[in-house]
Amino acid sequence: MNTDYLIKLEKFMLRRGKTMVLDVASMGIAAGRMLALIGPNGAGKTSLLLTLAGLLKHQSGALLFRGRPVESGADRMLLRRSTSVVFQESLLLNCSVYDNVALGLQLRGKSGEAVRTGVAQALQYFGISSLSRRPARTLSGGEAKRVSLARAFALKPQLILLDEPFNFLDPPTRETIIQDLQAILDETKITAVMALHDREETLRLAQDVAVLSEGKIIQFGTTAGVFNQPHNEFVAGFVGTESILPGIVRACTAGNLLITVAGESLEAVGDFVPGEKVYCCLRPESVTVAGEVAGKMSARNVFPAKVRKISRHGYFYKLLLDCGFPLISYITQTSIEELQLKEGAAVYASFKATALHIIRRE
Amino acid sequence: MELILEGVRKACALIASFDPEVLGITLLSLKISGLATLISLFVGVSGGTAVALIKFPGKKLVISLINTGMGLPPVVVGLFVTVLIWRNGPFGFLEILYTPAAMVIAQAIIATPIVTGISLAAIQQLPENLRLQIMSLGATRLQMVWIMIKEARLPLLAAVMAGFGGVISEVGASIMVGGNIKGYSRVLTTATVMETSRGNFDMAIALGIILLLLAFCVNLLLTRIQQGQIPR
Repeated sequence: MNTDYLIKLEKFMLRRGKTMVLDVASMGIAAGRMLALIGPNGAGKTSLLLTLAGLLKHQSGALLFRGRPVESGADRMLLRRSTSVVFQESLLLNCSVYDNVALGLQLRGKSGEAVRTGVAQALQYFGISSLSRRPARTLSGGEAKRVSLARAFALKPQLILLDEPFNFLDPPTRETIIQDLQAILDETKITAVMALHDREETLRLAQDVAVLSEGKIIQFGTTAGVFNQPHNEFVAGFVGTESILPGIVRACTAGNLLITVAGESLEAVGDFVPGEKVYCCLRPESVTVAGEVAGKMSARNVFPAKVRKISRHGYFYKLLLDCGFPLISYITQTSIEELQLKEGAAVYASFKATALHIIRRE
Repeated sequence: MELILEGVRKACALIASFDPEVLGITLLSLKISGLATLISLFVGVSGGTAVALIKFPGKKLVISLINTGMGLPPVVVGLFVTVLIWRNGPFGFLEILYTPAAMVIAQAIIATPIVTGISLAAIQQLPENLRLQIMSLGATRLQMVWIMIKEARLPLLAAVMAGFGGVISEVGASIMVGGNIKGYSRVLTTATVMETSRGNFDMAIALGIILLLLAFCVNLLLTRIQQGQIPR
């Protein structure tokens, strides 16, 4: 029995009627880690969170909490009282902020003094002590979210589960709540699992990432590992690798690969057999755009390209380039102006051989 | 018109004089309908909550039946209760026909589907994940149900008002199972019917006004409680 993990799933299956909701061969969450669950809608992220919270009964396999299987109602109650869940909606009760935050502590039979101290500390954590007496239904979206987070942290759980906690918040509110949550998780070292759909939030908050699709965990690893080395095209697309180019390995010499993509030759690194079908994955921030090629440079891949489309994405622009194969590049306003870029312009696109992540194509 | 004005004048005089017979009828109406509403609350709120929270085959059919029951005709209820507690009926041994107890039973049967239907809708309109949120805070199943009921207290007060309003104003069942016996099972509605049939319109109007006032006062009280719960 492995007790290194705070919570673990083994050969775990959860069905709803005849539909398989979760099918997890093995997944363990170590104490003190922050895990992000990412995947498309209906991938099973919420079901996995509810399972970890002891709120759903599974049909087969094992759910182990601190090395002990969670099977009976008593086991499930122990798990529920060791975890806290923050849902997408704030789900506050029609009473004061104080009463909302106090509820979990009262349900645990804590004394009046312990409840008062716990609530005061949790409200202070999220900077909402002044809202204590306010009716919860009169709060703004951001305030309500802070109350729901305070309610969860007041319980001092061993595991906190957050289901897309920053949905429905305006960008400034979202930013301050993320900062506060990050600081509190760093300080308390509570193990956290959060379903997220924003890449930036994932990179900022999580140490580990699990990519889900159709109830299965497609890839599990450190955030850097999953984002930089996606196992397959699905993960690559999901973690923001915008250019995923199908190609065939032509040569492999001492780790240096030559890959044909749409008739063009790309240089990459890796260990593949000539003739193997692969995907060349490239993050948009790795693609550099220049007006002309001047002198030697370390980038092994330089292609003349046409700018097909320029679209604004917040503080930067997204360029769709045609090099004989499509390529995406992110570029700043200053670069757009200096290069005098417009749709139809002729440029050079370059990227390093090491920037390409090669995955096998089935 | 003069008849109505005379009725209103007499009603005011009756109310002001605290006529013992009228007072007795009013108090009995309150007692019977209040008790019937209490019983319907106990059965209806728990039944409605159970149907709302538990998944079971045929749930939609049960909900349809409850909704149909909300419009149960009092005379039909009166008929069935009479048959059941008739001397030779299955519950004849209780010997409660033409007693206030029989009226409480009949009125409770009328009010229960109303309270159940509104309670069911009240619990169902709560956010879908609220049940899970409460459970995740460490509540037992019983604690969760109680918190959900408290959370639906605004529409549940509407259920009390609808239930009480339904029974304080019904006459068919009360007259059938209560018998309208003077000083024993005569309530405001049955007395109004009797006085109207006798042509004592002034007395009937007086009783009608008292009935309206009673319903208004009870609903005013419940509305004040309900609206006091709304955060501003």
